[in-house]
Amino acid sequence: MSNVVVVGGGPAGIRAACMLAAHRLRPVLLDEARNVGGQGYRAPSPGLRLDMDALMGGEAAKYHALQAAFASIRDQIEYRPGTLVWAIEGKTLHVATDEGSSTVSFDALILATGAMDRIMPLPGWTLPGVFALGGAQVSLKDQGCFIGRRVAFCGSSPLLNLAALQYRKLGADVVAVCDTTPLGAKVRAAPQLAAAPRTMMRGISYLTSLMRAGTPMLHGVTLLRIEGKSRVEAIIVRDCRGRERRFACDAVALGYGLKPEAQLAELAGAEMRFDATSRLWLPKIDADGRAGRSLYLAGDSVVIGGADAAEASGELAARAVLSDLGIVHARSVARGLRRRVFRLRRFQRALARAFVWPANRVKDLSDDVALCRCENVSVGEIRRAMDQALGPIEVNRVKAITRCGMGRCQGRVCGPALQELVASHAGIPIEAAGRLRVQAPVKPIPLSVARTLAE
Amino acid sequence: MPRMGAASMDERPGLFVRAVDRDGGSIEFTIDGSPMTARAGDSLLAAILTNASLLRRLEFGGEPRAGFCLMGACQDCWVWLDDGRHVRACTTAAVAGLGVRTTPPALAEIRNV
Ligand SMILES: Cc1cc2nc3c(=O)[nH]c(=O)nc-3n(C[C@H](O)[C@H](O)[C@H](O)COP(=O)(O)OP(=O)(O)OC[C@H]3O[C@@H](n4cnc5c(N)ncnc54)[C@H](O)[C@@H]3O)c2cc1C
Ligand code: FES
Repeated sequence: MSNVVVVGGGPAGIRAACMLAAHRLRPVLLDEARNVGGQGYRAPSPGLRLDMDALMGGEAAKYHALQAAFASIRDQIEYRPGTLVWAIEGKTLHVATDEGSSTVSFDALILATGAMDRIMPLPGWTLPGVFALGGAQVSLKDQGCFIGRRVAFCGSSPLLNLAALQYRKLGADVVAVCDTTPLGAKVRAAPQLAAAPRTMMRGISYLTSLMRAGTPMLHGVTLLRIEGKSRVEAIIVRDCRGRERRFACDAVALGYGLKPEAQLAELAGAEMRFDATSRLWLPKIDADGRAGRSLYLAGDSVVIGGADAAEASGELAARAVLSDLGIVHARSVARGLRRRVFRLRRFQRALARAFVWPANRVKDLSDDVALCRCENVSVGEIRRAMDQALGPIEVNRVKAITRCGMGRCQGRVCGPALQELVASHAGIPIEAAGRLRVQAPVKPIPLSVARTLAE
Repeated sequence: MPRMGAASMDERPGLFVRAVDRDGGSIEFTIDGSPMTARAGDSLLAAILTNASLLRRLEFGGEPRAGFCLMGACQDCWVWLDDGRHVRACTTAAVAGLGVRTTPPALAEIRNV
């Protein structure tokens, strides 16, 4: 029997595992997380009295369906939570658990590793109390905690209003929602967004609920700085009419949409190409998710598509595995899934126009702003390194000289802003500034594991 | 450390605020030797940040940090434990008796001299 391994227990990975289990392949499902569900459909930690139905509203049914689907295949798969995949060599995965390191071999590999927030730094963004927008949702769903008592939601993302509303529902004081995209851009994107009327109406209902509740909703703002001595005390923004406004708060949730966690795909040999809409380098796949021999990619780890696209693309990738192994399955279903995934991902491209990544902001960042949290490298250090005679204009060279992107997070957080900074400072298009290359381990492995390897 | 109560909000020692209750009892742990209380089921990060406004100080400059992504990606939340272990607070469970340090052991020792 072929050995199929799925990495990632979110909607994409679960649906892939379901499809493989239905054909008695007994897949291995590896997930770094201890609870199944991934990011969007994360289950609360044990003992938390969180009413997921109230919190998730219209999406609760999908959450329950996914968790039920997983429960129904639980003994038809080999599920290994708490297992980090940190390197890939040929057809071998290197994994780390609390017990140490080991390897898992595969005949076919489906990567469904999801996404994380994309961040544009601003002065004060390393202060305690500033968290990624998705993190603000995770702290609520996973831990039942607000990131602060008076929270400002800032950036530009379809999840901005959703998160703000979830916080309000549970009693947090949402001091403001500051969307950096002008309202006009959203109105212009509306005809394309209308291709998914339910999703668009849901978005509008979040907005109107917040407005009815009296939350200040600002559009087209410039985030100037976050102030505080040893923790967040206020955020200062310039509104669309040019007025400076100060919102006192003790926490800021910051995010500009999501970016794929594509490191493992790259290590596994996927070809990376520049995507002009998102201004990111993404793995190349065919319509079913094939990225190379025995390599399949699904969900937000390839291109941001949201939870529905993740479920559909997970099943689609599993069907591609079945086809390639010569196992009979309903091809007409695969055709339907292919259309659905295509449509949902195209819709996300329209969303990117309604929630704009502020690429140009990087030019305005003052030299003292930290760009790299891990190595504490400032914007000025990068500019100075580039300004030297024969200074680098390629991101990997800039990284080697300044250590920006070389820290523990491997450029996950600073990478997109670093690429923009290098391109703008060199005066070249972003795709000409190169792509930060990934190295194993993709995440730090515990010291105990490193020790067992050294022995 | 200031205590929460009628005092102004900014004196609240913790960053995080509990929005919903947990089943299960409380657990005791320490931050830099000071006794703290958390709830069974908390992540180490939630346990610390409901009590304090930082997880750690940078090795150079001592700037406070409190994590960022809360999903195991940014690596901003690694803390030292009294037993010498170095752990990622957002993906580690809080257990009774843990001793957390906000500075690397070597630096802490120098300060105590
Ligand atoms: C922090 C965050 C919060 C979000 N909240 C919402 C929300 O509330 N509502 C919403 O509609 N959408 C939300 N999203 C969007 C979300 O990306 C999608 O809705 C959906 O979860 C994507 O599904 P997926 O299966 O592609 O990936 P995910 O659901 O992200 O699942 C990926 C899984 O892969 C695992 N993984 C990653 N790397 C490794 C590795 N190296 N080794 C082992 N396992 C690994 C992760 O632990 C995770 O469980 C959120 C996204 C993020 C990043
Ligand atoms: S807060 Fe980002 S890894 Fe823990």
